[in-house]
Amino acid sequence: MSEKKTGMEEKLWIKAGLTDSEYELLTTHMEREPNTVELALYAQMWSEHCGYTHTRPLFKHFLTTGDRIVQGPGENAGIVDIDDDEVLTFKLESHNHPSAIAPFQGAATGVGGIIRDILAMGAYPIASLNSLHFGHPGDAGHTRWLISEVVHGIGEYGNCVGVPTVGGELRFADAYKGNPLVNAMCVGYMKKSEIKKAIATGIGNSLMIVGNLTGRDGMGGASFASKDLDEGNDEDRGAIQVGDPFMEKLLIEACLEVFEEDYVVGVQDMGAAGILSSSVETASKAGNGVEIDVALVPKREEAMRPEEVMISESQERMLLIVKKGMEEKVNKIFHKWDLHAVVIGHVTDDGMYRVLEDGKTVGEVPVWSLMDAPTYVLEGKEPAHLAETRSFRNESITVPDDLNQTLLTLLGAPDICSKEWVYRQYDHRVQMNTVVKPGSDAAILRIKDRDKAVGITMDSNGRYCYLNPRRGAQSIVAESARNQVVSGAEPIAITDGLNFGNPETPEVYFQLEQSIIGISEACRALNTPVIGGNASLYNQTPEFGAIYPTPIIGMTGLVKSLSHVTTLEFKKAGDFIILIGETKDELGASEYLDQIHGLVTGDVPELDLELEAKAQKFILNIIRQGLVQSAHDVGDGGFAVALAESCLKGELGAEISLDLELRSDALLFGESQTRFLLSANAESAEKIIELAADRGVEAASIGRVTDSGQLSINNAEKNLINTTVTECADAFNTGFDKMMKTDK
Amino acid sequence: MNWGVLLFPGSNCAEDCFHVIDKVLGKPVKYLWHKDTELGDVDAIIIPGGFSYGDHLRPGAIAHLSPAMTAVKEFAANGGLVIGICNGFQILTESRMLPGSLLQNRGLKFLCQDQTLVVDNNSTPFTSEYEQGETIICPIAHNEGNYYAKPETIAEMEKNGQILFRYANSDGEVSEATNPNGSLNSIAGIINRTGNVMGMMPHPERSSDEVLRLTNGKGVFISILKHLEMKHGSDQ
Repeated sequence: MSEKKTGMEEKLWIKAGLTDSEYELLTTHMEREPNTVELALYAQMWSEHCGYTHTRPLFKHFLTTGDRIVQGPGENAGIVDIDDDEVLTFKLESHNHPSAIAPFQGAATGVGGIIRDILAMGAYPIASLNSLHFGHPGDAGHTRWLISEVVHGIGEYGNCVGVPTVGGELRFADAYKGNPLVNAMCVGYMKKSEIKKAIATGIGNSLMIVGNLTGRDGMGGASFASKDLDEGNDEDRGAIQVGDPFMEKLLIEACLEVFEEDYVVGVQDMGAAGILSSSVETASKAGNGVEIDVALVPKREEAMRPEEVMISESQERMLLIVKKGMEEKVNKIFHKWDLHAVVIGHVTDDGMYRVLEDGKTVGEVPVWSLMDAPTYVLEGKEPAHLAETRSFRNESITVPDDLNQTLLTLLGAPDICSKEWVYRQYDHRVQMNTVVKPGSDAAILRIKDRDKAVGITMDSNGRYCYLNPRRGAQSIVAESARNQVVSGAEPIAITDGLNFGNPETPEVYFQLEQSIIGISEACRALNTPVIGGNASLYNQTPEFGAIYPTPIIGMTGLVKSLSHVTTLEFKKAGDFIILIGETKDELGASEYLDQIHGLVTGDVPELDLELEAKAQKFILNIIRQGLVQSAHDVGDGGFAVALAESCLKGELGAEISLDLELRSDALLFGESQTRFLLSANAESAEKIIELAADRGVEAASIGRVTDSGQLSINNAEKNLINTTVTECADAFNTGFDKMMKTDK
Repeated sequence: MNWGVLLFPGSNCAEDCFHVIDKVLGKPVKYLWHKDTELGDVDAIIIPGGFSYGDHLRPGAIAHLSPAMTAVKEFAANGGLVIGICNGFQILTESRMLPGSLLQNRGLKFLCQDQTLVVDNNSTPFTSEYEQGETIICPIAHNEGNYYAKPETIAEMEKNGQILFRYANSDGEVSEATNPNGSLNSIAGIINRTGNVMGMMPHPERSSDEVLRLTNGKGVFISILKHLEMKHGSDQ
């Protein structure tokens, strides 16, 4: 049928982002050639961003059900049960490409977008987090500008909208220099009875748009996100949206007030591909058709073409499917908030997606075909660097002479140092639920009027996944869960952000597939199902290549009583310090190798998922018994860094005696998995050691908390570390400032 | 004795204030809507933090023109107690119910941190629960909290004991090192000449609930409560 493409000699579909075979397929679906409006519909809905063309076939690996899972993938966000007929809904989303071009607006609208996903579930947004990845700030003024603008954008939006930004992470590697990552997560709370769905049921029901006017901002954002970033991207500036947090605040309040009444059958936020994707998804879920008249959409610009109206990503808009006859009542509530809800179309029974302009049909395609984006299962190929990095042996490097200085360097290292510079710019206390604030293993938020709280974390480790995508991904899930249990929370479920390079490259596809398998394995072992997520592929630039494979794990947990809330800082001089887990001769993939030896190499530390599950259960158990004064996950920088953090945050010293046959750097800075650092009073410490033996978990009492202000670590009678807590605190607290000011 | 929390569309600390009065103090409280011209039966009004109407122009610049603020001015003129917190403080200065204004922070960045304050005048309806010179911790969260007034105004306020709270260290010492935002004389909270309208940038409500491990901002609300109870007692 190629000779029939007379009107399409220029291959407009290629320009729109579709391949020849995709074009062929859509003409088969339509049984004719598309016009420009119809072509635009397919181009957006079949992009990776909306259609998950490369990732969907891999999602089959995920565990998506469980005792606490109320809603798995498929809605705006997943939902988990937190007892007492109350639920949490949460999701994360990437805004990488917009943030690379216009970091302030890119990051701000990323926050706004994910908040609306949570709102669309019927929930009040109670917390925001974000995971940020940049090149090294010492490399260029450009990166520093990106960091400042992204943080400013997140702050401006979150602070105004009144959702506390309670945690997240900020990590650095050269791999993100050309393509920074900005992933935002939001958590919402509601009663089980308040859950809303994104569904367009009821023939004749009205589609109402609420919130902002529709303009040309964010044109084609979904397809922009589904190709490589390159030099010409400044032309894509039109694909960047502009945020208005005040409008978002009004939307939240007004929508939740409307939801209290029985007027609305379905809700969907307008994110990627705007009116189009929100309405297609709701119609598809109900098996219905919809028709939308673009002339009815309130616009802020003149002479917008129908396809522009349909795919605009103007921010702060929601789509409501309203019961026939209730439109005025809905509008009255919005009016109270000085907003308008406008009918733009109806639910139909013919299964067609029909676009009208002033009552005249300008595009018409089957709803199912828009949702039926072709998927691609490719052949992955192991990246060449893995053979070399796996062959790394610890013997090839020498132990530094000055281990004190090594510790201080690590404490001030970009990925480890205090991020107070960042979270001081975020209102992390508004709504008055923040029990444990940023800078700890997990953010803890109380549930008002209940003796319980929730733990929220967001973690990643691109270097781990670069060196071993499968085990690296497992490790991130395990670490997230460790961060939950040390805070007193039982891990419930995760949302995943899959940030990768171009999946059409076999090596990237390998990383993607292996990471997904790794996440799946760890989630099964730790019983934290995947309840939703986001894929951001094509994160690469011609100059810097692909980013590290960076799956980001957002996790929630349940703290069953406020008395279980535990923090990482030492509490009292005289308490015993206990190390749970085995320290092995492992230096591969460590922060230490990267920062001290300038090496990104070696294999990711071993991880026994069965042991991990057992150890985590044990930690949670002893915390719930009230035996633990402080608990901290041993992660980046290893044992010595974890110890120093517990000291400096508690303003207390520590005296440690070990007896291990290990090289000093592996003992101090190696990142052996499944380890925890605890403190407890004498009686409890004894009990912890006993219980650990019963459960088959390795535990050793290794020293005491002191008020001497000294941090000393001895192994087999030999002193390895002898420094002051003040020096550690200084390194940790000034690291970020130094990094932002020093040229590398 | 009824409390009112004034609700602008962009207020985001209204529920927090409501929570403290309702759940921590256990006293009757209701929301007042920004479009209301009548405030009804209230004895004390809280103007909470947030972004009133988005504050695109200047914090509080539009809010002070709202119908409810006209009613609040009348309420205060009749001796009613009004406390403005954060954005509420900004609205009170824009309304000229309190002297001075709040400029952008010295560091040009939004600042959210747990902040030590020292009580500079405890003989007011808002601070009677505190000892003179007592230090308390109240979180701050603002971009425009840098208090400024003309030198003669500041001198006048100092003389009249109109400074209620200053930014300080844990020993109660006030210096530029403990001044987070550049406020003149480290001013964190002030009161009007007649002693019934108070504004402060720090959030006492965020330091009022035991679960959050900060509680000594609660004294502000208890002071108001005791003042009202005394007044009601003497009225009867």
